[in-house]
Parts: sequence; C-alpha cells; structure tokens
Amino acid sequence: MELAFVIEKFALVIVIFMISLGVAAYSTLAERKIAAFLQGRVGPHRAGWGGMFQPLADGAKMFFKEEIIPTQSNQFLFIAGPSLALLTALIGSAVIPWGQSLTFGDTVVQLQVADINVGILYIFGVVSLGVYGIMIGGWASNNKFSLMGAIRAASQNISYEIAMGLSIIALLMVTQSLSLKEIAAQQSGFINWNVWAQPLGFLIFIICAFAECNRTPFDLPESENELVGGYHTEYSGMKLGGFLFAEYINMFISSAVMATLYFGGYNFPFMNDLGLPQNIITLIGVLFLFAKIFFFIFFFMWVRWTVPRFRYDQLMNLGWKVLIPLGIANIVLTGIWIIVKDTYFK
Amino acid sequence: MESLSNRKKVIEQKPMTLAERMYLPAIAKGLAITFRHMFKKKETIFYPEQERPISENWRGLHSLKRDENGKERCTACGLCALACPAEAITMIAAERKKGEEHLYREEKYAAVYEVNMLRCIFCGLCEEACPKEAIYLDGPFLEADYLRKDFIFGKDKLVEAPLKS
Amino acid sequence: MNLFYFIAFLSIFFSLLVIFSKNPVYSVLYLIVTFFTLTIHYILLNAQFLAIVNFIVYMGAIMVLFLFVLMLLNLNEDSEPMKSNLIKVAGVVAGMCLLVTLVGSFRALGDSDPLILKNPEIGLVKNLGKVLFDEFLLPFEISSILLLSAMVGAVLLAKKDPKKI
Repeated sequence: MELAFVIEKFALVIVIFMISLGVAAYSTLAERKIAAFLQGRVGPHRAGWGGMFQPLADGAKMFFKEEIIPTQSNQFLFIAGPSLALLTALIGSAVIPWGQSLTFGDTVVQLQVADINVGILYIFGVVSLGVYGIMIGGWASNNKFSLMGAIRAASQNISYEIAMGLSIIALLMVTQSLSLKEIAAQQSGFINWNVWAQPLGFLIFIICAFAECNRTPFDLPESENELVGGYHTEYSGMKLGGFLFAEYINMFISSAVMATLYFGGYNFPFMNDLGLPQNIITLIGVLFLFAKIFFFIFFFMWVRWTVPRFRYDQLMNLGWKVLIPLGIANIVLTGIWIIVKDTYFK
Repeated sequence: MESLSNRKKVIEQKPMTLAERMYLPAIAKGLAITFRHMFKKKETIFYPEQERPISENWRGLHSLKRDENGKERCTACGLCALACPAEAITMIAAERKKGEEHLYREEKYAAVYEVNMLRCIFCGLCEEACPKEAIYLDGPFLEADYLRKDFIFGKDKLVEAPLKS
Repeated sequence: MNLFYFIAFLSIFFSLLVIFSKNPVYSVLYLIVTFFTLTIHYILLNAQFLAIVNFIVYMGAIMVLFLFVLMLLNLNEDSEPMKSNLIKVAGVVAGMCLLVTLVGSFRALGDSDPLILKNPEIGLVKNLGKVLFDEFLLPFEISSILLLSAMVGAVLLAKKDPKKI
C-alpha cells in the first residue's frame, strides 16, 4: 500500500514536471508567434510545420553554446542563481489541483501532488522565494547592470507581494479555506466562480502576478534598453536558458493559480448536468483547466506587446499608493458583504 | 495676436478625469487595438522564395555591358573611377591587339576592372559619368560572404554574359 | 526521531557557518538555509501555519531585505576591517559570560517533563485562529499596535523635514 502510494505520487510529479517544462518550452514559441501576429508578421515558421520544432532548435542551440563564467564573478553563486530560479519556479506546482479524482477499479488517484491545508500560503511562500535566484545571479555576476537588475527585482517583488497577500486575504474570507483543493471544489459549475464574488481582488491579484513574474509592463529587472539585460547580462548558454525557462514556468504556474483561485480551476459549466461518468468529467475538467491556463498565458503575452514598461517611480507608486489601499478597501468591503449576506439573505 | 493662417491650435492641459487616471480603460482600448491586428494581413515577404518587387530606379550590383554585337563597351577611360565618391573602382587599361576586334568595341579596353563592393555606396555616379553607357547598376543585392577579398568583384563577375549567336 | 536529530544538526551546522563565513553575503545565505531548517522543525511539530509563516516572512521577506542591503553596500571579504586583539578578547569574554548564564538557567530549570498537548492539532490554521482571537485576543491586538507604532516611527524617520531644506 505504502509503495503504491509513493509510486502514484512519483508518477504524478514526473508528469507535472514534464508538462511544466513542455508548456514553458512552447511558451517561448507562443510568445514569438503572438508578438509576430500582433505586429503584422508571421513569426518563426521554418523549423517544422508552422515553426513547431523551433523550441527544440532553441534548446539545442542553448546547450551547444559556450558557457561563459566571468573571471571576476563568484563562481559558485553564479551557477546557483539560475538553478535556484528554476527550482523555485518548479516546486510551486505541487499544491495545484489539476483535476478531480480518477478511479481505476478500487484505487482512487487524486490529481494533486500534495493537499496541504495551507496551500495558498505555500504558493505565496514559493513566489516570495523566487526572487533569490535573480538576486544571487545578479550579484554573483559582479556587473553593475546585473546588480541593478537584481536590486530592482528584489524591491519590486517585495512591494507587490504585500498587495498580492491582501487580495488573497479577501479571497480567503469568501472561501473560508486555505486548501486549494477545497477552494476548487467550492466553485463547481459557473456561477460559483470566485471572480464574480471578488472582481476587485482578481484585478489586484493579476496585476501583482504580472509584477511577480517580471513580465512587461513590470519587467524592470531585465529592461533591455536601460540595463542591457538586467540580472542576466553576464549569462550565456543553458544558464541563461535556466533564467528564461524559470520566467515561463512562473507564468504557467501563476496562470494555473489564477485559474484555480478565481476561475473555478477544473470546473466547467453544466458539469453536473451532463450525466457522464466521473472519470470522463475529470478528464474534461483537466482540459478545461488547461484551456483557462492557456488563456491566461496568452493574456500575459498579449499585454506584453500592448502596454509599455512603467517607469520605476510609477511602479512604486502603483504598488504602494494604489494597490495596497485598494487591497485593504477590498478586505473591508468583503467583510461588509459577508455580514450583509449572512443577516439578510439567509 | 490673432494668427493669420488660423491654423494654430492652443492645447490646454486639463486635469485627468477619474477614468483616465485609473488607466484601465486606456489599457483595454490598447488591448482591443492589438487584438484586431492579429487578424490583419501579414506583411512578411518570405525572402529566398519570394522577393520584394524592386522599383524602376533601383541600384544594385554593377554590370559591364556589351553592345549589340557582343563586344565590351568599356574603353577604360577612368571617368567612373574619377566620379566614384567612395573610391571603389580601379582598372588597368590595355591596347586592343589584332584579331580582338570581336571582343572589344574601342581600341583601348579594360584589362582589369575591379569594384570593391564593401566600399561602394551604390550612389550611381559611375553610371552617370560613363560616356560609353558601359556600366549599369542593374544587378541584385550584394550577398554576404566570409572574406574581405571576395567582395572585390573582377571582370569575371561584372561583365555581362556573351551574346548567344 | 532520527529525522529530528538530522535537521537539528543541520540547523546548528548552518548557524555556525553564518558566524564563521567571512563574506557577509554568504552569511546571509547560510542564515536563509538555517531558517529553512527551522521551517522543517515547525512542520515536524505539526505547526503548519507557523512553518509557512516562518517561510514567507523570514525567508521570503526579511532575508530578501538583508540581502538587498548587503548588495547595496557591496561588502566583500576585503572590506572587512581588521579587528584588534582587544576586541577579540572582549568578544570571547562576553560570549563565555552568555554561555555560563544560559547553562546556569537551564540547570536551575531542571529536567522538564515532556509536554503533552491537550490538542495536538493546535498548530493548524483553524484551531490557531480560534485560540488567538479568543483566549489571547488582548495580547494579539497589543502586539499589532506595537507593530503599527514601529511602522509609524519608520515613516516619520524616513520623511524629510520640510523646514530644513
């Protein structure tokens, strides 16, 4: 029994790991394709049908490039930086419920690696660790631009974590649970999705997610035209690939978190009225979850090619003077709404 | 004072309204515009298979022309080299021998004619300077190469193919 | 139990490295690892909420700020000032005094019975919240006021005096 449990979880971890890496690899292609489409071009299209093998070609290129380690840099931390960035990006997926349960005869397989009862806080903690990879890599490069990018990344992430936490608190007041599995299960159907109860909270959360993933309009840590390349100026080859991959995996995980917290996760409209067997509904639910995730990834890229980068003071003003007060107001409004609902609409 | 043309527009800076300060309507508008661009016609020209149409006064690589009998027009007068602002053209003149009348039109011809394509700015002044209508910039693009010496084009690359009789 | 000893060994090992490493940035990184081992201790005690809060607040926020400040100061092994021998002696004496005090106080305490909690689930969020907002409401609110006053003080310190400029 014990062994079967370990094997089941191990298989699930491997599958999620492969899916994360695959989605991240194809996000690089999607980014270039979407950028091209929005700008009236066609994007990469030579490698394979419509550029399908472009990520493989890019990966092969990254592996065969020369790995340059600057002589004045801190060698150990220089290698530890991208590894840490990749690690913290990947471990976030452990608590996301990818679907309901699959039943094979007697065994019931949960499509979630770990259902810990502080799931949201775990995600929050992992996100807050994500900045270490960038900071260590930027500092170890011993380059002014890298250090500048690292410092920007740190101050930006800390500023936006607060607003993100406030938006999550308002969500928790509605859901009454910290477990992601329970939150996903509460939002069955369409009308129960948390985004209808927390539109302002969702807005704050998605803005903070953009900032935490260092995506445009908040990509100040790596702004090409002021800081050369920001924290990864000195990196080359697969170590640079590690940083870029970490960014795309972060995007994937935060899209999954947004879909789970606010858009019902694996739930889809009329799921209980179709009268299908449980396993089929679970599989369709997984497909719906991935459709939502891909929509959010598309949205990340769509915004990137629409909105220009913020100035640094604008970034700090938005974080501290707009989002945090809004988050607190959202908590107060949610509290009032819960009391009103409990007294008058029961 | 009143402006005469009456085209002057005074721009006044109003304080931003709440909707403008929220910034979100502007972002939504921008997103709508970029989304519409996804379905517009793509401007890409797939280069090696498909080439951009070139205009009539296009100036590409040089070619040394032959006359209607297939003789080289160039008489190595050196006016093109003199006109060249980039000093890209050099040549060595030679006298036409007996029995070479079917090759060269004039009594003097260019034994060596070299254009350094890295120096050339494709201005077309050599074309204008030529009294014999011997040089024209009607070729294609300059292609990339690995060595500098390969960019010095001699007569083997410049002279037009002989007429087929 | 073996797991506990292993983690305890790790936390002592890394906290010693914090003190002994010459590069301040390495010190901070070892401190982060030490906090991580403390998080594991909390999980072993079934205090999940405390573990994750330790993880977020200490590892994710406070240590980022430590690292941030150290990077801005750009301290290296070279910039470490040479300590005079007098300071070293004073440090050893002070450390020994602290050790003696600690050992004495632990001896005075005697062997405590292994504490058996009435409710081993006390560390979970729901139970912890009930206890905090019911039995310990006053200390909880007072500590929040303490934090608020610290925050106001920090803002006051950072604010420029408009008259002095």
